[in-house]
Amino acid sequence: MSESMPTVLEVLNLAYRYPEGAQPVLDDVSISIGKGCFHALLGPNGAGKSTLLSLITGLRKLQQGRISVAGADIEQQNMRALARMGVVFQQPTLDLDLTVEQNLNYFAALNGLGPKQARQRIADELERFGLAARRKERIRQLNGGHRRRVEIARALLHEPELLLFDEATVGLDVPTRQQIVDHVHQLCVEKNIAVLWATHLVDEVFDHDKVSLLDKGKIVGRGSCSALLAEWQAPGLRQVFSQLAAREYDTTEVEL
Amino acid sequence: MSSGSRYWNLFRGVVIRETLRFIQQRERFLAALVRPLMWLFVFAAGFRAALGVSIIEPYETYISYEVYILPGLVAMVQLFNGMQSSLSMIVDRELGSMRVLMVAPIPRWFILFSKLLAGAVVSVFQVYLFLAIAWLFDINLPVMGYIAVVPALILSGVMLGALGMMLSSAIKQLENFAGIMNFVIFPMFFLSSALYPIWKIGEASPLLALLCKLNPFTYAVEFIRFSLYLKYDQLSVGVVVICSCMFFLFAVQRFQRT
Repeated sequence: MSESMPTVLEVLNLAYRYPEGAQPVLDDVSISIGKGCFHALLGPNGAGKSTLLSLITGLRKLQQGRISVAGADIEQQNMRALARMGVVFQQPTLDLDLTVEQNLNYFAALNGLGPKQARQRIADELERFGLAARRKERIRQLNGGHRRRVEIARALLHEPELLLFDEATVGLDVPTRQQIVDHVHQLCVEKNIAVLWATHLVDEVFDHDKVSLLDKGKIVGRGSCSALLAEWQAPGLRQVFSQLAAREYDTTEVEL
Repeated sequence: MSSGSRYWNLFRGVVIRETLRFIQQRERFLAALVRPLMWLFVFAAGFRAALGVSIIEPYETYISYEVYILPGLVAMVQLFNGMQSSLSMIVDRELGSMRVLMVAPIPRWFILFSKLLAGAVVSVFQVYLFLAIAWLFDINLPVMGYIAVVPALILSGVMLGALGMMLSSAIKQLENFAGIMNFVIFPMFFLSSALYPIWKIGEASPLLALLCKLNPFTYAVEFIRFSLYLKYDQLSVGVVVICSCMFFLFAVQRFQRT
């Protein structure tokens, strides 16, 4: 579906190492995501998912490679690229002392929306996420699932073309996780948004999703879920993951 | 949308957020008032009899110690507010909410500048509340001074906020904050003209007087003091502006991507 769609996120030959680190955290990583595509970035803890996302969001400086978002280069046209993306970080980033509405108003302002435009978009997104009745509640009063929904609503306010999720369901119970994953899949279809969903939880990936398998900073597999299973000769993604974990264990033993 | 209105909307959003946070954090609101009021009504009242302040600029007549100490306490309100802002930046960074600010499609220097100015605006609210209480207790200033002091309050608020921002960019862990704050706030406040005129400190120790003269906080106090009496002290203005720029540029440089 997405291959024929215009590319929204293009990551080309990315390599990165921390100033204090000898080993590269990312090595020759390339990912391409088209409009309306849900792309899962699957990898164990420490694979380099968060580093990749911090490079895409411009929080870290590129060392090698190229990233463009909706045609805007993250280094050369940083502001244009940032204006086209919404991000849901792994750590909660809402202000606990402010209400849902105040948090959303703040974010709308950060993205340059005027009060009138912000009011309308906030009302729309709160409605979409079933949070309209809670708009005057402080974030502190909400449970984890609702907080996450507020963060996703927030990421949509400026109508981005690309949504980035960095382990966005960590700490949530299984039903809430499932609801959020379903909701984001739905967003891809409804709003034609490209999604990069970084996770280590294989049950968050649907059969029709595109997957990039990241391990120790390298893409070790990519394609549709079924192509990946064929390549790894595994009945499910869970088994692919087990193979990766086993490889990690072997390496550790050799190193010891 | 024009880029001017984008910048304005961001600035507006940051100011509203900082103001809301301040109003909703009642303990912070209370502490911001109680601290200088204690100094004014307990410390200054006790010292009134012991300390006489002769006529020095900008005053045209003998003044009570409470009147002398008032500009210093105004600057103290701003100093604590600047440090509080830096603490909230460290907390924001540790909790991750700073990232939301850092991925906004506006240049980073402008985001930090907005935060700085927002903090200064909040400190001006606090100062006026403090001055209003002082006025109720008959510690009066020239009426026009209450208006003339606004630019001084904004600039000194920016300078002390920029100092806090610079410190927050250098402090990596929240646990280190309290120690460093004690190391910054108390020497800055005591080694300044906030509590005593520098000539008086010089009588006791020329070295202490020199340290006071090297302290940027002294110039924030004097800028406020002169402005309250509708006078202009070029040196104070110059030092406050230069220090604001230096602290801010340092903070911006530290907040750049790595």
